[in-house]
Amino acid sequence: MQRISELHVNGTKHKIDADADRSLLSVLRDDLDLTGSKYGCGEGQCGACTVLIDGQATRSCITKLGAAAGKKIATIESLEKNGRLHPLQEAFIEADAFQCAYCTSGMIMSGVALLSKNPNPNEQEIVRFMEGNICRCGTYPRIVIAIRKAAQSMKGGGR
Amino acid sequence: MSKHRAIDDSIEAERYELLAEPGYRFNFEIERRDFFKLLGGGLVLVITLDAFATQESGGQGESGRRRSGGASTPKDIGGWLHIAEDGSVNVFTGKVEFGQNIRTSLAQAVAEELRAPIASVRLTMGDTDLTPFDMGTFGSRTTPTMAPQLRKAAAAAREVLIDLAAAELKTDRTSLIVKDGKVIDAHSKQSVAFGKLTKGQKLLKVIPDNIATTPASEWTVAGKSIAKVNGRDLVTGKHRYTSDLKLPDMLFGKVIRPSAFNAALVSADVREAEAMPQVKVIRDGNFIGVTAPSEHDAHRAASAIKVEWKAEQQPSAKELFDHLRKQATEAQPANPRGSIAEGLAQADKKLEQTYTVAYIAHAPLEPRAAVAQWEQGKLTVWTGTQRPFGVRGELAEAFRIPEDRVRVIVPDTGSGYGGKHTGEAAVEAARLAQAAGKPVKLVWSREEEFTWAYFRPAGVIDVASGVRNDGKITAWEFHNYNSGGSGIGHRYDIANQKIVVHQSKSPLRQGSYRGLAATANHFARETHLDELARAVKMDPLEFRLKNLKDDRQSAVLTAAAKTFGWGKAKMSASGYGIAAGFEKGGYVAACAEVSADRATGKVKLVRVVEAFECGAVVNPDQLKNQIEGSIVMAIGGALFEAIDFDNGKIANPRFSRYRVPRFSDVPIIEAVLVDRKDLPSAGAGETPIVGLAPAVGNAIFDATGIRLRSLPMVPNGLKS
Repeated sequence: MQRISELHVNGTKHKIDADADRSLLSVLRDDLDLTGSKYGCGEGQCGACTVLIDGQATRSCITKLGAAAGKKIATIESLEKNGRLHPLQEAFIEADAFQCAYCTSGMIMSGVALLSKNPNPNEQEIVRFMEGNICRCGTYPRIVIAIRKAAQSMKGGGR
Repeated sequence: MSKHRAIDDSIEAERYELLAEPGYRFNFEIERRDFFKLLGGGLVLVITLDAFATQESGGQGESGRRRSGGASTPKDIGGWLHIAEDGSVNVFTGKVEFGQNIRTSLAQAVAEELRAPIASVRLTMGDTDLTPFDMGTFGSRTTPTMAPQLRKAAAAAREVLIDLAAAELKTDRTSLIVKDGKVIDAHSKQSVAFGKLTKGQKLLKVIPDNIATTPASEWTVAGKSIAKVNGRDLVTGKHRYTSDLKLPDMLFGKVIRPSAFNAALVSADVREAEAMPQVKVIRDGNFIGVTAPSEHDAHRAASAIKVEWKAEQQPSAKELFDHLRKQATEAQPANPRGSIAEGLAQADKKLEQTYTVAYIAHAPLEPRAAVAQWEQGKLTVWTGTQRPFGVRGELAEAFRIPEDRVRVIVPDTGSGYGGKHTGEAAVEAARLAQAAGKPVKLVWSREEEFTWAYFRPAGVIDVASGVRNDGKITAWEFHNYNSGGSGIGHRYDIANQKIVVHQSKSPLRQGSYRGLAATANHFARETHLDELARAVKMDPLEFRLKNLKDDRQSAVLTAAAKTFGWGKAKMSASGYGIAAGFEKGGYVAACAEVSADRATGKVKLVRVVEAFECGAVVNPDQLKNQIEGSIVMAIGGALFEAIDFDNGKIANPRFSRYRVPRFSDVPIIEAVLVDRKDLPSAGAGETPIVGLAPAVGNAIFDATGIRLRSLPMVPNGLKS
């Protein structure tokens, strides 16, 4: 079986030794101890495992390691820089956009992907883009508010 | 044990998963010296369960139960508060955080009474070696019972600190005030920090019964919207849920599941799996599992095992409601009033209808998970359960070891909604770890969580009623088959009533769900009331107000209707619906607007206004968050969630086949808080869920003239 020896995650090239047909999620969590990305369904239906691959929001639970090798992967752990939270993380706290927070990493990564494509999304655009992320606690309205808040605070530069 | 039983009695009968008494005995004894060995020096305030029982019984018998705060350390402890030698405040409670925000709301209560910054308060929750016994985090009990107890402990600690400061500053205690984590002399302006006062101390106090706490009208920390104390860890992915934990040498486990419920293992060929490197197969009775160095290997090994199961023929979803009725037991009404026959004789209109609710799944986004470790005969299990001590009992029983050799630790968990009262994953991980001789992590797959957890009970409800043309209800007969009695009582004033809960034989394993059967009973009752209002051509709001004799229930109805604009003009395809309810000390009223198209069958929930009153509000924004979350969760059960099953198998055990509410399902939601500072705070995690389904159903009728009497109402649109 093909093995993968290197993975580019959060700006660092990590040495790994893993089967190419393993899920990216399990390698991130178990081999690299980046446990911010969560398992929720294993079929790409809930979005808890969302990471960015070359900037695209991607369900890491149904992405094979082989398909991610050689690409730039960003996880929730990459957003805080020098002790400063990403504006969307700040906005999630301000808007109280989580309860149990198990979906939060995936929500934030999807939101970051949206904001990089569309810096000022309206409510409909947010709903359409985020439809694949499930929050069982039902904080959807607050997540929409948080994304809009972040869009506001990211205006004029920032990230 | 007797006191725990008293708390036990407050558990609703339909918490079926708890009815099987765990075969263990609470045996928590802690000596004075142990406290300080465990916690270090300082000041410890202990909350006794006597005080707990007093609280549970509404404050009666306070003098009769008075316990001397003398030499002996109480054995039945409900919680404790420790002010360390560095002045940090540590609260120990057996309650657990599942997203309902008690880590923050309890910290608010303690910070308030101690007059200390909320950042200085740390909560240790749900660790059976570190925290006192607790029945479990359910039934919306934390706010009405635990919070007042911790408040008392904090208030008592404050008084002890004042005593210590008086000695330290050589002044009279009456001139001392406590502020910002310091005791301050109002005259000399001298101040002394908590840490200075507790340094070198080993003071253990039992909180006196008569300690006064700050009335809600004077709250400054509680009553405010404070962001979650650990919010930063949650948005950065740093918080470790059970499924994120990693121990040295840890293996991954996987359990082979039966082909159907109640299936027996006939044969298993494990040769291929056992030949895999570093894979271990564990077989013990009906249990087969594997361990491997990675999750991937564990899954591969598990799928290499060829198993044959034998299962009996079992009822399927299509025959569910007949089955529940046929298997139902005869039961007596709880508190019958008057005579149904007479009530019907007085009626101008009579109505008989049947309502049903399907099984639904909690589907917490974090599936069941556990990490188990055996060390020198002591078992430690990290797992997300709402009953850490109950799961400790399950483990002790499963492995026939005393409870003091089992420790259960509950990291803040990825939700439960009543679905994580049991310890399946904990027991399985522990069995695998025992055989492997190494720590084992077991995370249930989504399919396992959908299949092998337990469900909200399905139910059939028959209602027969009578009403006079002036809108007065004269007779109310209500039979619930299988789903349970929560919320079956109501605040309407009806002279003749008979309300009966019938147990039945559930084809699926069932148990607690947010609000228990209150959703089913409210759906049937509030839909039926709407039908009665229509029968006598009265406005549904006016009809309810006419039959109510409870100001608090009327107040939330009026508040919701006012914000909603009840009675205002609407678009042609729109409908308005209203419903009210009461449960677990909270009053709720919901108004819903839907747009429904008979031609296409499409139903869209446009707007929901829900008024909620649960006494004095502790944290307004978090309360709104709970109300909004309840409404969103309720949308699923109201409109489309249903477990489909066929002959002992779940037919839709995945998110791709079991639809849960998503972003686009969410209407405009307005939560209206009715803050009653003169009333004790009740819990709020459950009751806000009960009003949505009937309000929406009534709105669909208003829009289309189609009356829907089964939950979910529109799994395939109106045409189903």
